Amino acid sequence: MSDEETLLTVEDLVMYFPIRRGIFQNVVGHVHAVDGISFNIKRGETLGLVGESGCGKSTTGRAILQLYKPTAGKVIFQGQNLVNLRGQKLRAMRRQMQMIFQDPYASLNPRMTVEQIIGEPLYIHNILKGGAVRTRVEELLKLVRLNPAYSDRYPHEFSGGQRQRIGVARALALQPELIICDEPISALDVSVQAQVVNLLEDLQKEMNLTYLFIAHDLSMVRHISDRVAVMYLGVMAELADREDLYSNPLHPYTIALLSAVPIPSPIIEAKRKRIILKGDVPSPVNPPTGCRFHTRCPLAVAICTEKRPEWREITPNHFVACHLVESPNTERMKTSMTGHR
Amino acid sequence: MPEILKVQGLETQFHTHDGVVHAVNGVDFHLSEGETLGLVGESGCGKSVTMMSILHLIPAPPGKVVAGQAFFQGRDLIPMPDEELRHIRGSQISMIFQDPMTYFNPVISIGKQVAEPLEIHLGISKNEAESRVVELLNLVGIPNPRERYKDYPHQFSGGMRQRAMIAMALTCSPQVLIADEPTTALDVTIQAQIVELIKELRDKLGMAIIWITHDLGIVAGLADRVIVMYGGYIIEEAAVKTLYAEPRHPYTIGLLGSLPSLSKSRRERLASIDGIPPVLFRKATVCPFAPRCAYRVDKCFAENPMLIDVGLNHRAACWVDTQTRKVRA
Repeated sequence: MSDEETLLTVEDLVMYFPIRRGIFQNVVGHVHAVDGISFNIKRGETLGLVGESGCGKSTTGRAILQLYKPTAGKVIFQGQNLVNLRGQKLRAMRRQMQMIFQDPYASLNPRMTVEQIIGEPLYIHNILKGGAVRTRVEELLKLVRLNPAYSDRYPHEFSGGQRQRIGVARALALQPELIICDEPISALDVSVQAQVVNLLEDLQKEMNLTYLFIAHDLSMVRHISDRVAVMYLGVMAELADREDLYSNPLHPYTIALLSAVPIPSPIIEAKRKRIILKGDVPSPVNPPTGCRFHTRCPLAVAICTEKRPEWREITPNHFVACHLVESPNTERMKTSMTGHR
Repeated sequence: MPEILKVQGLETQFHTHDGVVHAVNGVDFHLSEGETLGLVGESGCGKSVTMMSILHLIPAPPGKVVAGQAFFQGRDLIPMPDEELRHIRGSQISMIFQDPMTYFNPVISIGKQVAEPLEIHLGISKNEAESRVVELLNLVGIPNPRERYKDYPHQFSGGMRQRAMIAMALTCSPQVLIADEPTTALDVTIQAQIVELIKELRDKLGMAIIWITHDLGIVAGLADRVIVMYGGYIIEEAAVKTLYAEPRHPYTIGLLGSLPSLSKSRRERLASIDGIPPVLFRKATVCPFAPRCAYRVDKCFAENPMLIDVGLNHRAACWVDTQTRKVRA
């Protein structure tokens, strides 16, 4: 990155959801969806956020936009802590942060035309009125490589990939700085996924956008991201530059995750040895003590069950939370994944 | 290896309010004993319908198998009465599905459901079945199988439910297992567990597998041979290594090019395929892929190409030789 300015800083973000039971709706526990994570995003970069379902990656995205009020922590965007903002001030900041959703079928109102969908943010934020909206919508449609004549059509007239483009156009309507892409391609067919990813990359170059790209597809995240963060059960496991993370993973979870991804090459697949993690991800209602990953970690030792590992910068820009970083066992685990490069 | 399943000229249609959907348009393939066959394609290409047609699982109406044969051990399954087919389906040929939550009945315990094929196909009593089921649950790696036997589907995690479904499919030691996107709904670490489990079971039990998926990554490490489908047609077929090393149909070439890979080192633009998959309201008289194809020539819009040999055990359906870019006669 030439421009090293930090656009967004997340500090010790915590997001608990209460679980209520009984006739008085007493709070009987909490879902620990996000439990103290910190990272930043630089202007113009793409930060990939990966993890399995339920690890808190989508919650993180929503808590950044203040769609959920974080339980604790700071979200600093352009120098302002969004957590403290309310009403008008928050709405003004929201203009600069938009979201693209996973399901292009559920995220567009079926009773609204494309013009109404893409124009809605312009109305809400009082940017344009009347005929000017139409012109802007047509511009935006062109920008996402759709025919501007489609303005009066309804979402059901479009394919999944086209709908996702409409979602992208809506997100761009307010010329935001930051776009949170919450699994934007996982509902699309393989051949169409590449179209949408290429579009996102082109738009980023043209408009100097900053992306938080949330996904579970590690190969797509590697393709699109500058830096990648790996989450597990509400906490950050590892964060590093893309090449560094994929070629030199330090957290046992990252190593296992990378080894589990199938590679579309029979020759590499035949040589690879998979690290198969045992069991399932534990419940975030009652997360394990110490390191969250210790119940499935093939390397876990006594300290892992007792003490939560610190979030440390091991080498420049390479953060990891593990007691066993660069221990001989982690190294051995890494080298056992032959075929992984 | 002798052929265990041979499908010829299979055609399936759905009669909907909007017209006739030509889901499968004349599909020929075979499966050898102990072989793992990958059936690859995007949603709506006819891969699942092909397999469901063979097992009479197409709801009729609206669906109808209008032509074709499917020989299993010398007998044609297509015209077979449902009553007779039921003895084969679930015992000699069994199937596992994508969504293990909707597959199980939520109000019957897992153990009872896994035992069902034993009672139906082998006439084993409930008590005898229990010990066999516990054995099976153990085989597919479910911890404490004796206790989990009494649990209900909602008490199982996604991965565990998928294991239970595999146990159910294996109860009668099938010769053919049809796996319809069994790992698509699962997380990548759980997917790795399930794929590993099926590989182990395959080597232990020696069954043939047809693995239906849209994920070219999984097939690479699992299949011996791969069939690629598009618009209700088989458009390419080859041994797994050949297909990935020398794809010959433009669609396969595009599909492989559109995948980002963990092993590609540079950040390069993905080769995308323009356009969208076809809607199959008309039976294609021209090549169904032509509107999206980077190699298209006039002939593609005049006639639908047949599958022809393009190499040793390698077939593709394209008018253009994609290696030389010459139009075939």
